[in-house]
Amino acid sequence: MTTVSSAEHTRRDFLYIATGAVGAVGTAAVLVPLITQMNPDASTIAAGAPIEVDLAPIADGQIVKVFWRSKPIFIFHRSAKEIAEAQKVNVASLPDPEPDSARVKKGHDQWLVVIGICTHLGCIPLAHQGEYDGWFCPCHGSQYDTSGRIRKGPAPKNLALPPYAFLTDSKIRIG
Amino acid sequence: MTLKRIIIAAVLAGSFGVAMAPAMAQVHQVAPPRQTWSFAGPFGKYDQAQLQRGFKIYKDVCSACHSIDMLAFRNLADPGGPGYSEAQVAALASEYKIKDLNDKGEPIERNGRPADYFPPPFPNALAAAAANGVAPPDMSTLAKARGYTRGFPWFVFDMFTQYQELGPDYIDALLQGYKDAPKGFNVPSGGHYNEYFPGHVIAMPPPLSDGQVTYDDGAPQTVAQYSRDVAAFLMWVSEPHLDARKRIGFQVMIFLIVFAGLMYFTKKKVWSSVH
Amino acid sequence: MSGHSTYQPQNKALQWLEKRLPIGGLIHSSFVAYPTPRNLNYLWTFGGILSFMLGVQIVTGIVLAMHYTPNVDLAFKSVEGIMRDVNYGWLLRYLHANGASMFFLAVYIHMFRGIYYGSYKEPREVLWILGVIIYLLMMATGFMGYVLVWGQMSFWAATVITNLFSAIPGVGDAIVTWLWGGYAVGNPTLNRFFSLHYLLPFVIAGVVVLHVWALHVAGQNNPTGIEPKSDKDTVPFTPYATIKDGFFIAVFMILLAWFVFYIPNYLIHPDNYIPANPAVTPAEIVPEWYYLPFYAILRSIPDKLLGVIALFSSILILAFLPWLDTSRVRSGRYRPLFKQFFWLWVIACIGLGWLGSKPPEGIYVVLSRLFTLYYFGFFLVVLPLLGIFERTKPVPNSISESVLSAKH
Repeated sequence: MTTVSSAEHTRRDFLYIATGAVGAVGTAAVLVPLITQMNPDASTIAAGAPIEVDLAPIADGQIVKVFWRSKPIFIFHRSAKEIAEAQKVNVASLPDPEPDSARVKKGHDQWLVVIGICTHLGCIPLAHQGEYDGWFCPCHGSQYDTSGRIRKGPAPKNLALPPYAFLTDSKIRIG
Repeated sequence: MTLKRIIIAAVLAGSFGVAMAPAMAQVHQVAPPRQTWSFAGPFGKYDQAQLQRGFKIYKDVCSACHSIDMLAFRNLADPGGPGYSEAQVAALASEYKIKDLNDKGEPIERNGRPADYFPPPFPNALAAAAANGVAPPDMSTLAKARGYTRGFPWFVFDMFTQYQELGPDYIDALLQGYKDAPKGFNVPSGGHYNEYFPGHVIAMPPPLSDGQVTYDDGAPQTVAQYSRDVAAFLMWVSEPHLDARKRIGFQVMIFLIVFAGLMYFTKKKVWSSVH
Repeated sequence: MSGHSTYQPQNKALQWLEKRLPIGGLIHSSFVAYPTPRNLNYLWTFGGILSFMLGVQIVTGIVLAMHYTPNVDLAFKSVEGIMRDVNYGWLLRYLHANGASMFFLAVYIHMFRGIYYGSYKEPREVLWILGVIIYLLMMATGFMGYVLVWGQMSFWAATVITNLFSAIPGVGDAIVTWLWGGYAVGNPTLNRFFSLHYLLPFVIAGVVVLHVWALHVAGQNNPTGIEPKSDKDTVPFTPYATIKDGFFIAVFMILLAWFVFYIPNYLIHPDNYIPANPAVTPAEIVPEWYYLPFYAILRSIPDKLLGVIALFSSILILAFLPWLDTSRVRSGRYRPLFKQFFWLWVIACIGLGWLGSKPPEGIYVVLSRLFTLYYFGFFLVVLPLLGIFERTKPVPNSISESVLSAKH
């Protein structure tokens, strides 16, 4: 090999860097479809559209389970006693402090709508069980009160609230 | 040396073409006339207005007998499709009755939702066959499931000219291909003579007539226009991502040509010290 | 230049690893310092292209398997779901379907190149036989993948190909029933084909490792067919061969992209967009283009058992090529008569491919028989005799001599 002038050297380096950079861009572009294909597909997203639930048939004190986006949603028609229990708790003493008013829609105190998945590790808690008249999770013993708040056990958070709105006094749309 | 290489390359390219001859059904079939389609070629795109008209034909005419199982109402609002709005799709879907179960597990019919699929006209293939003589084919992939033999050397050229619209051409021709049978041609009862159907005897009676469907956009209300529009619509149903495919394809081609060029010069540089 | 085992990593961590597992040295000696003949033409890049295509097929295949359902009622639907609903699903599926065709195109060029330049001759017999095994595995994998779509052609291809085994006297029917897992092609068949279609590519990858190992023991052949004699005859694999392979892989990707984005259904039979219907056979059953020559050989013989034997022999005969070719000269470049017979044989292969797509009647049958006769004659008569009677051209003394003489 003969000696290479510095000008030629720069040109060669530039070519190598340009080729390498374009190759890297191409590789990155290939990763896009390979990664996004694992996201929910169009039919799954369409099936996750909002659902409407008629509250009229739910009796006082009854908890029903509906499914939205493959998640169980608990709809709890709370009795006056259960509402009172939820409201009189000292909020500051709770593991995840939240007043009952923040967990229901204004003017609809009797309706608690929560995602029925234990915030510990994803099991479905059992209704009307445990020491607080709310839910008891059979997996690791977490206990929730009539506002769906964590009171005892390993779960760190209150039961999550799904996005929902009252269409009429007896009809809600979840999602 | 170089000449020989070119010859070898040419032979290999040719052989590839010959070996890949897409062999079609050998039943006698008349080649349909070739149409120009907005979605043909490397920059092809569906014509929204045409897809909307084609959908109207499907809805008003074809759907009486043909199912389209893989088309959901929501698809009508997808990018690269007929371009209906979400609200239009929701309104359309609610016109349809969908079989479902109520809370007590009893079969009910509820209003359709965008996520639902177009309900079939017959409960199953046997029922469809019993009502029609033969079961009308599902239209979900029809435009890709139909074609005709191109023959040598045309199929070799098709590779380079990107002729991929054999299905729509065939459907378009078939819908206009009803004629009186030539003398001596015996059409069995329940059959209809069609110039473009393989074997010429088709069970489907002529489905379209001039003025049958009303267009709101001023397009001519003729069988020729109906046929083209519904063929384009069926192509979209078969290949809903064609617009995206060709758009991304162009970007990929530009990228690959630039990249291959850079690789070529890099290769030359690297090898310059050897030669 | 040919520095085997002299590899010493600079990095401390790599040094630590190298002492315990000399993987860096292995890669260095196999893909960096490895001496390659300096006169390789672009036909020698197809090995790299094939490795790349195997990677493409495995990656897209694993991804497709995440969305595919191997059940007779859902298979076709799930493929269409991939085409319609899965993010970029159409791209992944078209890449996989057309990638299979490009894979076969590349393997055929690779094989023609090997035969033309005598790459199967001593000491590369094992290398060649491993290649034949890879090819057989590819055929099985491609066939089973085609069935997974569960369109009309899938179903009837599965029926016809599995029925080949019914030709075996005595146990044929029992074997076919065993292959099907039922009394006809059905759900058990589809399920096992899916399982095997997922498995075989990894078996191919394993045999490819052996193939590359054997290659690196014997060294690469080259257009002159003369073994490298000195450092002047070779260049290190990296950067010379890597950049050359890389360039041609990029060119090959343009071809693949052309099919995927512009004519994705050119090679897909329209009937395979009709869901499988066990009650209706399509007007004509045609295999994928890459099986057509063998299909023509099968149909050219009027006897069922003999036809099946001819079909399998036409592939297996390749494994005996190193001993059928008796010539002492390796490269076809210096064998004027061989060249003519070789190209005639290529034409016979292509002709058989064309005939495989034609109905088995009239002139097509006659031509199929002629080409089949020549296909086998080339291996069993021409090659053994040529070695004895052919007058070969003078072979240069070394690779560098041939390179220099070509320049002046």
